[in-house]
Amino acid sequence: IMCASAKYNTRGPALIPRMKTKHRIYYITLFSIVLLGLIATGMFQFWPHSIESSSDWTVEKRSVHDVPVVKLPADSPIPERGDLSCRMHTCFDVYRCGFNPKNKIKVYIYSLKKYVDEYGTLVSNTISREYNELLTAISDSEFYTDDVNRACLFVPSIDVLNQNALRIKETAQALAQLSRWDRGTNHLLFNMLPGGPPDYNTALDVPRDRALLAGGGFSTWTYRQGYDVSIPVYSPLSGEVDLPERGPGPRRYFLLSSQMALHPEYRVELEALQAENGESVLILDKCTNLSDGVPAVRKRCYKNQVFDYPQVLQESTFCVVLRGARLGQAVLSDVLQAGCVPVIIADSYILPFSEVLDWKRASVVIPEEKMPEMYSILQSIPQRQIEEMQRQARWFWEAYFRSMKAIALATLQIINDRIYPYAAISYEEWNDPPAVKWSSVSNPLFLPLIPPQSQGFTAVVLTYDRVESLFRVITEVSKVPSLSKLLVVWNNQNKNPPEDSLWPKIRVPLKVVRTAENKLSNRFFPYDEIETEAVLAIDDDIIMLTSDELQFGYEVWREFPDRLVGYPGRLHLWDHEMNKWKYESEWTNEVSMVLTGAAFYHKYFNYLYTYKMPGDIKNWVDAHMNCEDIAMNFLVANVTGKSVIKVTPRKKFKCPECTAIDGLSLDQTHMVERSECINKFASVFGTMPLKVVEHRADPVLYKDDFPEKLKSFPNIGSL
Amino acid sequence: MQTRKKYIFLTFLASWLLLFLFGGDQLRRFSFFAGRKAEARRNWPRWTDRTLLKSFVDSEELPRDGDPSPLSPRQRRAARLSLYGSSRCRMETCFDFSRCEEHGFKVFTYPQERGQPVSETYGKILSSLERSRYHTADPEEACLFILGIDTLDRDHLSGQYVRNVDEKIRSSPLWNGGRNHLIFNLYSGTWPDYAGELGFDIGQAILAKASFDTRSFRPGFDVSIPLFPKDHPQRGGDKGWLYQDSVPPKKKYLLVFKGKRYLTGIGSGTRNALHHIHNGKDIISLTTCKHGKDWEKHKDTRCDKDNIDYERFDYRELLHNSTFCIVPRGRRLGSFRFLEALQAACIPVLLSDGWELPFAEAIDWGKAAVVGSERLLLQIPSAVRCIHPERVLAFQQQTQFLWDAYFSSVDKIVHTTLEIIKDRLSPHRSRSRFLWNALPGGLLVLPDFSTHLGDFPFYYLRHGYSPSKKFTAFIRAVSQAGSLSQPILRLIQAVSGSQNCAQIVVLWSCQKPPPPSGKWPQTTVPLTIIQGRGQLSDRFFPFEAIQTDAVLSLDEDSSLSTSEVDFAFSVWRSFPERIVGFPTQSHFWDPEQRRWGYTSRWTNELSIVLTAAAFYHRYYHSLFTEYLPAGLRELVDGLAACEDILMNVLVAAVTKLPPIKVTQRKQHKEGVAQRAECRDGAAGTPPPGQRSPSAPHSAPAKVKGTAGSQRLSQRQDCLDQLAHWFGYMPLVSSQLRLDPVLFKDQVSVLRKKYPSLEK
Repeated sequence: IMCASAKYNTRGPALIPRMKTKHRIYYITLFSIVLLGLIATGMFQFWPHSIESSSDWTVEKRSVHDVPVVKLPADSPIPERGDLSCRMHTCFDVYRCGFNPKNKIKVYIYSLKKYVDEYGTLVSNTISREYNELLTAISDSEFYTDDVNRACLFVPSIDVLNQNALRIKETAQALAQLSRWDRGTNHLLFNMLPGGPPDYNTALDVPRDRALLAGGGFSTWTYRQGYDVSIPVYSPLSGEVDLPERGPGPRRYFLLSSQMALHPEYRVELEALQAENGESVLILDKCTNLSDGVPAVRKRCYKNQVFDYPQVLQESTFCVVLRGARLGQAVLSDVLQAGCVPVIIADSYILPFSEVLDWKRASVVIPEEKMPEMYSILQSIPQRQIEEMQRQARWFWEAYFRSMKAIALATLQIINDRIYPYAAISYEEWNDPPAVKWSSVSNPLFLPLIPPQSQGFTAVVLTYDRVESLFRVITEVSKVPSLSKLLVVWNNQNKNPPEDSLWPKIRVPLKVVRTAENKLSNRFFPYDEIETEAVLAIDDDIIMLTSDELQFGYEVWREFPDRLVGYPGRLHLWDHEMNKWKYESEWTNEVSMVLTGAAFYHKYFNYLYTYKMPGDIKNWVDAHMNCEDIAMNFLVANVTGKSVIKVTPRKKFKCPECTAIDGLSLDQTHMVERSECINKFASVFGTMPLKVVEHRADPVLYKDDFPEKLKSFPNIGSL
Repeated sequence: MQTRKKYIFLTFLASWLLLFLFGGDQLRRFSFFAGRKAEARRNWPRWTDRTLLKSFVDSEELPRDGDPSPLSPRQRRAARLSLYGSSRCRMETCFDFSRCEEHGFKVFTYPQERGQPVSETYGKILSSLERSRYHTADPEEACLFILGIDTLDRDHLSGQYVRNVDEKIRSSPLWNGGRNHLIFNLYSGTWPDYAGELGFDIGQAILAKASFDTRSFRPGFDVSIPLFPKDHPQRGGDKGWLYQDSVPPKKKYLLVFKGKRYLTGIGSGTRNALHHIHNGKDIISLTTCKHGKDWEKHKDTRCDKDNIDYERFDYRELLHNSTFCIVPRGRRLGSFRFLEALQAACIPVLLSDGWELPFAEAIDWGKAAVVGSERLLLQIPSAVRCIHPERVLAFQQQTQFLWDAYFSSVDKIVHTTLEIIKDRLSPHRSRSRFLWNALPGGLLVLPDFSTHLGDFPFYYLRHGYSPSKKFTAFIRAVSQAGSLSQPILRLIQAVSGSQNCAQIVVLWSCQKPPPPSGKWPQTTVPLTIIQGRGQLSDRFFPFEAIQTDAVLSLDEDSSLSTSEVDFAFSVWRSFPERIVGFPTQSHFWDPEQRRWGYTSRWTNELSIVLTAAAFYHRYYHSLFTEYLPAGLRELVDGLAACEDILMNVLVAAVTKLPPIKVTQRKQHKEGVAQRAECRDGAAGTPPPGQRSPSAPHSAPAKVKGTAGSQRLSQRQDCLDQLAHWFGYMPLVSSQLRLDPVLFKDQVSVLRKKYPSLEK
């Protein structure tokens, strides 16, 4: 099966029994190579050699003026008007897209032509700068294909961005004669300025039959939800002006309006707001007496004051974006760029990319009727939220407004997500600004479930050759009521595990797994033998834990299944002298890690450890034979954002840190290395995910003056 | 082994020879082209004059945006109303917002007509509406109206079909062309085409309909609701079936379907093809022809074998054991299977083109379901096989969250419909898409409280916030004496001693006025006194005075030390969505009496933390006061000792998690029984004094006397009634207590941060 996804190995890559098949795989690979080669050459002989006939494309140095001219006869067909009932399943030919392992649609761009009518008059400007940028962006993207037969989506090179710059009927005729037009099926048109005087339709007036429209001013009546894409009106200022992102904090004005062509009725309402609220509201207009040479678009005036546009937008918390003759306004882009929160007043307007963008996080939408209440509505928004909206607004601009490329790729991605919904980009990826993506966590085990007790847990004992101690651990652990299976990971390649008959007889299944290499990460491999959610990782010399303590630990894990629940706790500290992290194993009032010499955790974290550990941490751990537990603590804290739970009072553990390495006694270098681990991991993770807490979990009645025999877990904390 | 090797080697050699003989030339050409191919990809040309191209719009023209339309905005809005008929209704054209301004969002249900019984399902919907906090009995103050006529089943072949609806609704003086009305419908249209007609003119009413077709759906106006069965519970609702996050999320089957195969008619296109993907191993797709009266007339060659296979598998067993479930369209677009699969955590694979998914305005279905295309049925197996295990795990959990938040009962479905409509009334005070799709779900998040995620206890981690570092001590004073009692003075001293205390708010719940400000102790933090209204539920009123996220709720006779407060607060900061407190109690199921029991004895478990000394998030005050229906608060005000149980039940219902107990220095008195004296002003009941909780072997009544036993039975009653109100028992038990890390460890006291907790 062709899956883009890397599938989990169901078995460890380095386990002994798997070795035998290596030869077979070798042969199979060889054979397949040969076979493939044969097929390929065979195919190639019959393949149409179309690649060679690309002479007209290979000429790189060409001018737009040199493109071929196409004459449209007056009676050439005109497509039907747009079909308002079109939806993906009715008007879109999904068979053209097919199943493909990358889950990417293929987009074809028609070559550029110059269209003239019968009399030789141009139908429209051949192509605008922006449309050329847009097509270049598509052509450079992963979506692009130059093979019209494999394309799923067709983009005409006929520029319809601005309806006022084209002749409607002739443009429609030009569309209709495209080689794959077929009633516009799977064709995508980009339009930013629809309609014309006097009534300014909200969608492109060019008859376009079934073609999809990426339009910049849809109203809810013309927008075909799930079919069309609402796009921004690109503001040429985006490319010209560099406005650095402005940090949070108070701005000079609370509300600003910068649009020049407001309807007088709106202007009256805005001025009323200004009269009411004074200095905090600034209503700008065009400048009447500018000296020559100053571009009027870059200046705004209030009375005699002249302001630079768009810079002035950065001086305000909220910026009004009112509808004009059209619903979509380029000023929205300027406002977002300035990190000003847009106050959108345009009833029935479909906001850009509203199919995927959550505009409530970046803007305030106010019904036209409620304009007089605008000021009080805005004042009710908490300051913290305003700051987030400002950040969000800026992020929307950066990601989806700033260039024609951004607009083009977002549009194609939206269509792509409809065709491959199971590979669609998530809400978070669309909407979270990088700062949020960075600081937030999305816990993979987010559902608050308390796993059933009956499931029990699987104890995984990592051992090298301390058989006697191992057997004691097995015997002790087997007394815990909720133990459902015991797995011994035999990490010694030079020695066979004891014979079956020598192992202690216990009430639950006992499995021995032999590993191919003596690696610490073998402890965290997601063995198929682990059938429970809960895993108890335990060293082969942890014999001091009582059955009550272990059972209690399991019960605590059930209440916190997404955390590491363990016995010996440790702490990381910031060493101010050395300016780095330090590992602390002394008696402290805080914990931030638990040792995995004795800890419960969810099996899911084994997957994460084995397959998703960032950077080279896994290899580093295996090479140094140390810190696998610290790595696990980092991993879990990083993915859940939560602290560990240390259970039960402190006990005298015999140097649990060094148990993983046989025979190594506690020495200073070992601890120094663990401090290094923390620093190393923090730099790989790019942050310090560990959370420090002051609590540990004990049974409800621990040390309470209460008959011991009535307590569920009486034997806790005995030394 | 040797011969095999030789054989393999020979074949290998021969193949290479062959390859060179036939394909050598082509191979060289191929590799030659492969090297050039990337270069020769016919990309969009880099025009030499691309920088000279004109912009799509004149820089002067853009800011002017054409000429200002001569039509005034006001006229345009007025014109819009007449321009579009009811088939193109939008909120701004067909809904009268002004009705909702004065009284807010109020819902009125028409009285049911006599002699016109409604179906059981419509009865449930009506009763959900009546239980809603938005319900009003006065049509004058209503913003939204719901008909008393059963409009659920509009299939005129059905027995539940109500005739002459048109006449009936027109005769109502409130109808007003359907403006501000909400009409519920589950089945529309009939054999053979099941088009969406309702058989009456809904005018400008909002339609909440199952199996909505995207083409007839009026976006932002109508609401798509799920199809739910007749026996769908009124409230509470069954839990989801996912009880563990198994990794890998492997179940016995990958993809299953079991249902009818339509041989003819609408929907048969998909239903007739489903058997093609059956592989008998991990993909089970079973269809039967045996439905309808005359199935044998249309029967084809597959039917008999299919019908036999069909009987071999149990539908529920398949639901339980499959990762994905196909939810194809039926005759109509929606089917019962959708909710069944959702509950079973069997990820729905939707094959129903043009279906406006339930509550799609709010719910992001891409996180919980695979929206397939009917036309690409045969690709479904490979598509679902390719979904990453992590994604499957997330999908499964999301199905459970959505099921529990919006679908598991009629109450939830109806309330979600109302909240979606309410959100449209003031877009700036509405839930973002994130809130609808993250735990605990949109119904439990009140945009009137705040629209900022950081103000709620649920989203700290998701958005990288952390709870505030300060808390408000909120003390309820009930003592009737004119002067301040000793315990309250001690308590104020203790909490104000905490570095984390931002302010102290005293809720003065006595008739007598509080002592003048001079009588109150001098504290380093501001102290505010609020006069209560004498209701028990007062203590959970969202007072403006409470400024911090964390509230430390106290009774005046609670006795706490500063270090207890500090430690508990540090714990709360780790669990900001839960109640974290000191004295605890627990609930249990009493199988003999078949009811919920309540105990204040010492037990190994806990499920209730008394709010006489507990930290929680201030948002729960708003939820308590705004979210819970008024009837429930009245119930609590009527019972003597129930409000703290209700608070615990509420928080557990929201979080699905138990509260957290922290260690306490010495036993707390229960400190709640005093309130009676305050109200009637008589010194009849003696103060409860220093009572230690009784041990489990002694009956509580014996120790506490009659007052105690009366109280216990009241609380028991309370618990029982609350479980009934919620439709299930939300409380969750915990077996642990959180202590300081070195609590009672054998180490020098000097090393301990909280030594005084061990006394």
